[in-house]
Amino acid sequence: MEARYLAIPSMGVSAPPIQPSPPDILKESGQREVFCGLTSIVWLHRRMPDAFFLVVGSRTCAHLIQSAAGVMIFAEPRFGTAILGERDLAGLADANEELDRLVRDLLERRPEIRTLFLVGSCPSEVIKLDLAKAAERLSTQLLGRVRVLNYSGSGIETTFTQGEDNALLAMLPLLPSSDEEQLLIVGTLADAVEDRFRLIFERLGLTTVRSLPPRRSTDLPPVGKGTRVLLAQPFLSATARALQHRGATLLSAPYPFGVEGSRDWMAAAATAFGVPADRFNAVLDPLVERGRLALAPHREVLAGKRLFLLPDSQMEIPLARFLSRECGMELVEVGTPYLDRQLMAADLALLPPATQLSEGQDVDLQLERVRAARPDLVLCGLGLANPLEAEGIATKWSIELVFSPIHGCDQAGELAELFARPLRRRALLQLS
Amino acid sequence: MELTLWTYEGPPHVGAMRIATSMEGVHYVLHAPQGDTYADLLFTMIERRGLRPPVTYTTFQARDLGGDTAELVQRSIRQAVERFQPEALLVGESCTAELIQDQPGALAGGMNLGVPLVNLELPAYSKKENWGAAETFYQLVRTLLKDQLPPPGTPKPSPSRWREEGRRPRVNLLGPSLLGFRCRDDVLEITRLLAEHGIDVAVVAPLGARPADLTRLPTADANVCLYPEVAGPMCSWLERSFGTPVVRTVPIGIGATAAFLRELHGVLDLALPADLQTVEGQPSEAERRSRLPWYSKSVDSTYLTGKRVFIFADATHAIAAARIASKELGFQVVGLGSYSREQAREVRAAAAELGLEALITDDYLVVEKAMGEAAAELVLGTQMERHSAKRLGLPCAVISAPLHVQDVPARYSPQMGWEGANVIFDSWVHPLMMGLEEHLIGMFRHDFEFVDGHRSHLGDGAPAAAGTGEPEAAPAASASAPGTITAADAVREALESLWTADGEAELAKIPFFVRGKVRKNTEAFARERGLARIDAEALYDAKAHFSR
Repeated sequence: MEARYLAIPSMGVSAPPIQPSPPDILKESGQREVFCGLTSIVWLHRRMPDAFFLVVGSRTCAHLIQSAAGVMIFAEPRFGTAILGERDLAGLADANEELDRLVRDLLERRPEIRTLFLVGSCPSEVIKLDLAKAAERLSTQLLGRVRVLNYSGSGIETTFTQGEDNALLAMLPLLPSSDEEQLLIVGTLADAVEDRFRLIFERLGLTTVRSLPPRRSTDLPPVGKGTRVLLAQPFLSATARALQHRGATLLSAPYPFGVEGSRDWMAAAATAFGVPADRFNAVLDPLVERGRLALAPHREVLAGKRLFLLPDSQMEIPLARFLSRECGMELVEVGTPYLDRQLMAADLALLPPATQLSEGQDVDLQLERVRAARPDLVLCGLGLANPLEAEGIATKWSIELVFSPIHGCDQAGELAELFARPLRRRALLQLS
Repeated sequence: MELTLWTYEGPPHVGAMRIATSMEGVHYVLHAPQGDTYADLLFTMIERRGLRPPVTYTTFQARDLGGDTAELVQRSIRQAVERFQPEALLVGESCTAELIQDQPGALAGGMNLGVPLVNLELPAYSKKENWGAAETFYQLVRTLLKDQLPPPGTPKPSPSRWREEGRRPRVNLLGPSLLGFRCRDDVLEITRLLAEHGIDVAVVAPLGARPADLTRLPTADANVCLYPEVAGPMCSWLERSFGTPVVRTVPIGIGATAAFLRELHGVLDLALPADLQTVEGQPSEAERRSRLPWYSKSVDSTYLTGKRVFIFADATHAIAAARIASKELGFQVVGLGSYSREQAREVRAAAAELGLEALITDDYLVVEKAMGEAAAELVLGTQMERHSAKRLGLPCAVISAPLHVQDVPARYSPQMGWEGANVIFDSWVHPLMMGLEEHLIGMFRHDFEFVDGHRSHLGDGAPAAAGTGEPEAAPAASASAPGTITAADAVREALESLWTADGEAELAKIPFFVRGKVRKNTEAFARERGLARIDAEALYDAKAHFSR
């Protein structure tokens, strides 16, 4: 990381000057209890209300999205599945015709759609249905009305949040080139959180701040030599690299979870744009102060408690950093579906030196480690939460973290509260 | 290729999971890519299960496809058998694995596992969840009973053999499973009901059964097919192979519970108790064991007369609901349908009896549209119909899977038997305005305090488009570019301009839940007659025209 001239006094465990070598990373490849990339449609479609996500897949894909998201409150959602039938499997030529027909019908019914994402699934990839070609063909047919893009959200290619990485990557070729100086925030944020960030950057004197994905799918930011990229989410490896290829500079920072992470994240942008330290401190100090106040009651609940993070959303490492440094939690094991050292560098550097990391999963073995360690809290997916609770182990389910506004100094209290709630609840219940 | 925005049923392997998870001592190795593990949360969240479903997924990835996925399958099977030591093993594949043709069942067959093995072939691209559950249950039972099959030509066991053997008659209760509707409580209620009639339960399956229990299935004198969606094919096979008679009446509702008991007594050659005997088609005394008959006859329920009910559910619950609604509560069934294509014939027959055409579809938007067009006052459906009904401002009770977590109540709430009828009376009538309340609203609706569309039982107040029968536009549709007027909008506007002030005033006096239908009918009438204006007289002319 660059010189941390803006660094604040550490809030929890202070990093020692010399890091002893951490324990070896545990790499596992067995049964993985994680969602596939299709799941990210659930937040992407809310971010871009003029886009439709059409999964080309099976009934399983349709069932997965509706079950994972508990999507029951819509009238007519802006995502759906083109379910392959036996006839489609028998002849790919027909499958392409069928897809074209289905897309035409869909767009006729939904004239407000400006961007259509064709999302590849396990079955469409195994039968080698060429969605890139389909997107090209349909884009030509629908020229000037709807842009058709494609990406893979399949379980054989992606885990959970990687779906967003692929979706953004698919949008990149459409980004106009410009060397204009700008800060580009990459990764879906809740609208309210994004507004807060923009306001704070404005106070810092950063006037040109854009977002990817944008709120309107057609409102694409430009990219070029003047672009400084600040990742809002830790799962955008391919997008980050592709933006660098377009000339953008990737700023290294911890992810904006918690007071410290959010401050350092904004500090990275401030440094890159030459914001004077006193101006930065004048803007951020009150926010940091307020954030710490909001954190304090939750820290009381969480401090000293032992946390085990199962791999799921790829947010595990930055969350572990926040929960250990700002909430005083002890890390038993930090699991991550895959480890991108470059993207995680700043957060990894802030983890306590002896943190046990694990990459990939063999769920039965990992659950044995959980049982042996008897942690106070486990971060895990919904399939595992009630079974662990039934064994007497408190859980926090990870999918809530991708649906809730948790970024920024202002949300640090809420983020800590999400983890403190299961422990508070246990303390409240006087049941056998 | 078919566009699906939401689906009533999952893929067939989820049906297989329902069987495996409902039972004890069964493990299911599923060749499936990463992501398919989502299905675990159906059980851990909706059913609040405190155990992981007994399923091992191979969770293969793209990089495995270049290598030896067959080896991955074998390793997963070996590890699962070692770790979980199942008493029976199911091996199958999900949609993607079906395409790569590793044939996991055949691989398992060559592994000499020493465990009864069922090779599940569930075509993912043509079949769905309930079919998968029924097929899995059937294949499992067949595998476990193959050594007991009587040689061809063996005479059927006498259903009254219990008498010769000097014991009480006993039956199997077949079909209850996890993610089914109120199965847990139905089993308890039917077990009690049978006990009152001196009938024992041999095996309940799949819910709570072990593989060893399934080997005892032929010891029963009859099979009770509680849920044909899951147990239908298996009961037929037991009947063909072992000669075990099947009781097929599903005891949901007063009439059906009595009919079920009569059928059961007949099949078992048991004397029909006096309280179940009917004279000249009069209801029997036994029916008084439920409060539903009296509650339905009591004066407050007069207000239920002719309530327009729309029903959409799995076949079993849809057919039962239609019978209860029309014969036991005095409702008017204005729509009946199901997503269970396998039982479509039975649903069509039930609809025809009521003078309706059954709606057989798995498109919830079609169901929502039909619900609106039928001008229903009460919707009985799945969790999706609850959402649709809410959008239309209609009261609704859930009567069938697919379920939401709130459809798995903590309290005892069966659907079957006498107590089930009590539960049904309460849960269908409570969403409606209570009788006296509706009467008072009728009396006072012209008072200035009265807010049109007021219904104390719907917390969020009046529906936006009170009963016009038109589904609310999707949010996205209302976001279409301003200024774009569709042809439909233009027609709508032209029709609306026909109404005179006194016509509108007369229309406003019509109860809100049929007002939409009256408006539509009157406009159709005006168009047909070429009327230039719709005044109060035209409205009454149309009313007379349509009441013929």
